[in-house]
Amino acid sequence: MSLLEIRNVTKTFGANTAVNDVSMTIQAGEFLGLIGSNGAGKTTLVNLISGFFPADHGALVFDGLDITRQSINERIRVGIARSFQLVNLFDHLTVLDNVALTIFARQGKTRHLWTLSDRDAAVRDEARAVLRQFGLEANAGMLAGGISQGERKLLDVAVAYALRPKLLFLDEPTSGVSTREKAPIMDIITGVVRAEGITAVVIEHDMDIVFRYSDRIVAMHQGAILASGSPEEIRRNEQVAMTLLGTHAEPAG
Amino acid sequence: MDLLSPRRLIAAGVVLAVLLVLPLVLPPFETLQVSYGLIFGIAALGFNLLLGYTGLLSFGHSAFFGTGAYAAAFLVKYWGIRSMEAFVVVGVLTALLVAAVFGAVCVRYTRIFFGILALALSQVLWSLALKLFWVTGGTDGLRVPTPTLLGGIVTDALGASVDKTAFLAHRYYYYVLAVFVISTAVMWVIVHSPFGKALQAIRDNEVRAEFVGVQVRRYRYVAFLVSGAFTGLAGALWVPLNGLTTPDVLYWPFSGRIVFMAVLGGFRTFWGPVVGAFAYNYLEVWAVGSTVYWQLVLGLILVTLVLAMPTGLVGTANQLFARLRRGAGR
Repeated sequence: MSLLEIRNVTKTFGANTAVNDVSMTIQAGEFLGLIGSNGAGKTTLVNLISGFFPADHGALVFDGLDITRQSINERIRVGIARSFQLVNLFDHLTVLDNVALTIFARQGKTRHLWTLSDRDAAVRDEARAVLRQFGLEANAGMLAGGISQGERKLLDVAVAYALRPKLLFLDEPTSGVSTREKAPIMDIITGVVRAEGITAVVIEHDMDIVFRYSDRIVAMHQGAILASGSPEEIRRNEQVAMTLLGTHAEPAG
Repeated sequence: MDLLSPRRLIAAGVVLAVLLVLPLVLPPFETLQVSYGLIFGIAALGFNLLLGYTGLLSFGHSAFFGTGAYAAAFLVKYWGIRSMEAFVVVGVLTALLVAAVFGAVCVRYTRIFFGILALALSQVLWSLALKLFWVTGGTDGLRVPTPTLLGGIVTDALGASVDKTAFLAHRYYYYVLAVFVISTAVMWVIVHSPFGKALQAIRDNEVRAEFVGVQVRRYRYVAFLVSGAFTGLAGALWVPLNGLTTPDVLYWPFSGRIVFMAVLGGFRTFWGPVVGAFAYNYLEVWAVGSTVYWQLVLGLILVTLVLAMPTGLVGTANQLFARLRRGAGR
């Protein structure tokens, strides 16, 4: 069953066409890897779907609902969430409050001026449970600006996850961390995502990671889709090998 | 740490007890200075909801303070109303109205654009107060006599024999203190509410805030309204104490004064702006009384303080306290 349909979506910035007439379908429950060299249009595509900016042409249909003209907030309400390539957190709030705020926002409680946020036991318990799922419970009381890069990457995903999305975009969840930390981070993220049955799209430059964790891979090049298929099909695809894997090492295994 | 830990409650209780005793031990002039400190404290708290909690630096808060003050003065001039409660209610509502209009324009922008726009709009009110002298009294301003408190119960019980200074240094002081306690409690709850957390999230990272479902512009607008209402309340409380309102309280240096109070006390802390308001007021009174070059002296002292203590008086005290505690724990 398709969760998101992208129909002929185009986005230009001046003379540069970042996303060029892209059509694709994201299936419910899949873990999709989105690959491509820098400037291929991966992040632009995620920005278009999450509502960061509007598409010039084309349509987006999410769960049978046309979301092409919807605001960021409306897209969150229907179940689309994202993390960020460069970690985007609330650095002067605690790790717990980063997640708690998201839960408050999801429940419409950020409109409440007269209740103490620390006294909302249900929200605090849920926030702690989310931190536990991401292995961050020990950091709950620390400021988000004061934890390690690997933990920040996980918290970034945890904040998006706390919105309880149907579709979660992960923009380079392991960029900026050491090679040794990458697999453990991906193990945690995929563990949570698969356990909760969330559809996920991961943008990643590390081919080992993408090929190891994805059910399906979509390769982009110069704003268009080059190929789509199982990790095995993509690995064997000559066009992908020439245009993409030439700039990356042949994946191991 | 629990927000309402016993230690915090005791500290607040001690400060409140001291404030309650002050008029009994201090000469009237000193008590009046405490009143000014409390009033500017309310203004700075309101201002800091924007700077410290939402990340918006307003250079136009004189507009709300002045609106609160002039609203009270108009009640006296045009309707002969002298009820303090009317001053407060009408002052707050009028400031809220001004904030609703200014905010609609300002919250579309951030950083310097926000600050300058707020300044420009406040200058419009200043020039109106200056030019429409048949309404506002121009540079002469408008006089505001001693108000009646709580529907006249308090003032009338004393009869007409009480002189103005005694009234302001006792009865009015306690009135101001009560309003101060209520408004700080309200502001404290607001900044610790889910709404307050959303404002802090906007301050830290507005893009991410939008992507967790906080509608940034709408929240900024509400923060702007609350901020304006608090500063307007301060203006309404200030005018009977000062006895007179002039366009000076609408002029941009007055906005700068509020900014300075928050920065001096430490805008990253809840109590910083209140402490800064007291410190600034005392420094100014001392400088004015000491030298004719008081602006120069005051400026030098303030610049030195801010350079030496970038986190403000309260921020620096917190750091020292933390260091002492760590030293003691070793």
